[in-house]
Amino acid sequence: MAVLNRLKNQHLLWRSAFGPMAENVASLNTMSPKTLWALLVKASSKPVEKIEVTKNPADEYLMGVTDPKEMEKAANNPELRKKIREKSRDDIKNLNLQWLETMVNSEAQLREKMSLFWHGHFACRIQNSFFQQELLHMIRSHALGSFADMLKMVSKSPAMLQFLNNQQNKKSHPNENFAREVMELFTVGRGNYTENDVKEAARAFTGWAFNAKGEFVFRKLQHDDGSKTFLGKTGHFDGDDILNMLLENKQTANTISKKIYRYFVNENTNEQNQQWLGNRFFNNHYDIAKLLEDLYTSDWFYDEKNIGTRIKSPVELLAGIRRLLPMQLENDQSQLLFERALGQILFYPPNVAGWPGGKNWIDSSSLMLRLRVPHILTANDALDIMPKADDDVQMGQMMEARAKKLKEAVKGGAAVIDWVAVNKIFEKVQREKLLETITSTVLQTKGKVSNAVLDKYINTGNRENYIKSAIVNLMATPEYQLC
Amino acid sequence: MVIKRKEFLQIGSLATASFMLPKFLKAFEKPMRVPPGNKVVVVIQFSGGNDGLNTVIPVRNDIYYRERPKLGIAKNEALILNDETGLNPALEAFKGLYDEGSLAIMNNVGYPNPDRSHFRSMDIWHSASESNQYVNTGWLGRYLDAQCKGCDKPTQAMELDDILSLALKGDDNKGLAFKDPKKLYNTSNGRFLKDVNADHKPGEETVDYLYKTMSATLNSADYIYQQSKAHPTSQLYPNSNLGKDLKTIASLIFSDINTKVYYVSLGSFDTHVNQNDQQKRLFTELNDAVKAFTTDLKNNGRFNDVLMMTFSEFGRRVTQNASNGTDHGTANNMFFISGGLKEKGLLNAMPDLSDLNEGDLKHKVDFKNVYATVLNKWLGADDKMILGNTFSHLNFI
Repeated sequence: MAVLNRLKNQHLLWRSAFGPMAENVASLNTMSPKTLWALLVKASSKPVEKIEVTKNPADEYLMGVTDPKEMEKAANNPELRKKIREKSRDDIKNLNLQWLETMVNSEAQLREKMSLFWHGHFACRIQNSFFQQELLHMIRSHALGSFADMLKMVSKSPAMLQFLNNQQNKKSHPNENFAREVMELFTVGRGNYTENDVKEAARAFTGWAFNAKGEFVFRKLQHDDGSKTFLGKTGHFDGDDILNMLLENKQTANTISKKIYRYFVNENTNEQNQQWLGNRFFNNHYDIAKLLEDLYTSDWFYDEKNIGTRIKSPVELLAGIRRLLPMQLENDQSQLLFERALGQILFYPPNVAGWPGGKNWIDSSSLMLRLRVPHILTANDALDIMPKADDDVQMGQMMEARAKKLKEAVKGGAAVIDWVAVNKIFEKVQREKLLETITSTVLQTKGKVSNAVLDKYINTGNRENYIKSAIVNLMATPEYQLC
Repeated sequence: MVIKRKEFLQIGSLATASFMLPKFLKAFEKPMRVPPGNKVVVVIQFSGGNDGLNTVIPVRNDIYYRERPKLGIAKNEALILNDETGLNPALEAFKGLYDEGSLAIMNNVGYPNPDRSHFRSMDIWHSASESNQYVNTGWLGRYLDAQCKGCDKPTQAMELDDILSLALKGDDNKGLAFKDPKKLYNTSNGRFLKDVNADHKPGEETVDYLYKTMSATLNSADYIYQQSKAHPTSQLYPNSNLGKDLKTIASLIFSDINTKVYYVSLGSFDTHVNQNDQQKRLFTELNDAVKAFTTDLKNNGRFNDVLMMTFSEFGRRVTQNASNGTDHGTANNMFFISGGLKEKGLLNAMPDLSDLNEGDLKHKVDFKNVYATVLNKWLGADDKMILGNTFSHLNFI
């Protein structure tokens, strides 16, 4: 059976963006997916606006102190450290919320969605808000550019150098963490290097560090400039050489395209399509935009088996609801609670491997909460959960104190939804086609909740309430967890 | 190193393909009360990194008092276990359990290359991975996978919490998390979901997976709620969070639910500042709740079947800091409480404070040896398959 145009367009919007937006849904019937793709590309072509929540805390707190020794002394003052930590924690919350807001409202959907992917690929969990902010900007700026450039920049970012302990990687005491993860997770992937390659690469990265201002520095005295043998070649390699050799290795292109295929197309890989993507990516010198063009304009992307079979991440779920239902949140902090309870807090990936995704998002408690989200947003249900403590962030707060604070923070998990805008989507739809149209707008799955069941729960008072309750109920189903 | 589930299993030399369901699980398919002899594990997680040295105190160690001039707990305040050792004064019920032979203490438990981030170290304990591996399943979740091939009620591991911990997540089976059986039962949209569920026709694999999870949760919710009501315990519990949780657990242990593992957390033990006050408050909550729980188990003839174990993601540094607290450390002690212990009291030597690694305790027992022991000897499970490696067993059970 041919896949309908509208379904294809919705598919493209769910995968390459954060789902259809209320005001655009009506136009999806007639437009071709190729035209829509061109629009998406165009909308993401503008220069990136930086999300800026903080200055370098060192600048802010060490006002005027520029002597490195003095800075270090000040940075070791426990009072000051605590202050910086608390400020950093709040900054990261703001960074999170502002980026989430951008994902929902920005026209550059393709860029933001791709940035979310790279945010998980170059996963970094550190408390320094300034470093996190700079890393995010790096990622958003390069999300559709050259993977080679992005890899090099990220590898020199204070955020990643700190997270992967390269500050401790010195000639006298090599620390392999950075070198290992660059190979295992950022480039060629496991099975494509030996333990000896890790050791030798770690030597090459010695001396890569950052200063108190958050700038990359190459500490020559700590660098091991001896001869190294890496992936079969021998020379006096430094960190840049290692990254270049990894990029010259076709396996990097294959590994990245495979990951992209599994993330955006289907968890079940397709050897042939992936190979093709990998070859093209390599021959196009790691041009991400071209890779995405290849992917989203291919016929196989729109195969029935690739539609409505991917589990949305918590952030995608939340952003998707907010795009179809334009809303004013009573308290935007409640989104942080959703992220935490559902297992995807931006800037807090579980580890350097990022969020595992897929079925890992789902367990009994996360699924039941996902099914309640639409009801909570429409105030039919209360957000009454207590997420787990994270002492790296909460610094020893007692449970009771945390519960109290949380209650205040999320008072009013509900939102004011612009139902007039939502009703407009369906204004030309005849009454007898209404439920079917709403269902196929909200759900991407092949099998759908039957009208018979929905009819029992839909408010038939008037057209507005009918549409409203149909959408809320449809969003509260297992099917809506998929896109 | 990211290790996928499959590869993780292959590392273990004894990853057998055929796994037999133990006979005792079969018994539960019939509607009957669980007979005595059904072993249960209750894990109490001390979140935040509990200070082990002020929990089990080396009361005759000069280094301890030298490094903790303000925080050190004096010998005459500690609850004395033997010449060398005392318990934190707030743990009076633990002292009672020690005296009657129902408490065992394992010192110096940890893992190689310890991580000092709460989150990461907790992940390592939950997933039972090495510190340079990233595993997306937990040790108890993999236990469920191994036990629960094709069974339909995922009620074999329960966490008293709104959110499920990694420890209880397997590949195919996951524990159930809920704070209160009544809240679980009264899912606001429960009726709608039941109708949607009844209407679902199997088809695409991922959709079916979601339906399977939802349906199992809804069924379990009903069942757990009924069971918790059917066997209310008459024991008085303290009105604390942990007290309520252990009361719920007791009522479920006395029911016919085939739950083998209960999981509950207490915290935060992250005592960088004014440690003694915070630890005392938490230990008082722990002490009073455990006292009621063990009394309840004894009165119902189940104390021999239940093993409580405590752990924390790391211990704390030996030297106190400038804020009357302690900072993140490494190895730590674990408590085991049961009427069915084979070895009691102090299971091994106290930490050697003269042999430290940059101010931190060296671990002597890998926590994975403890897991292997509990999985194998208490739960009768294939620990090698679940942990992906062979860890020698300890003798306390």
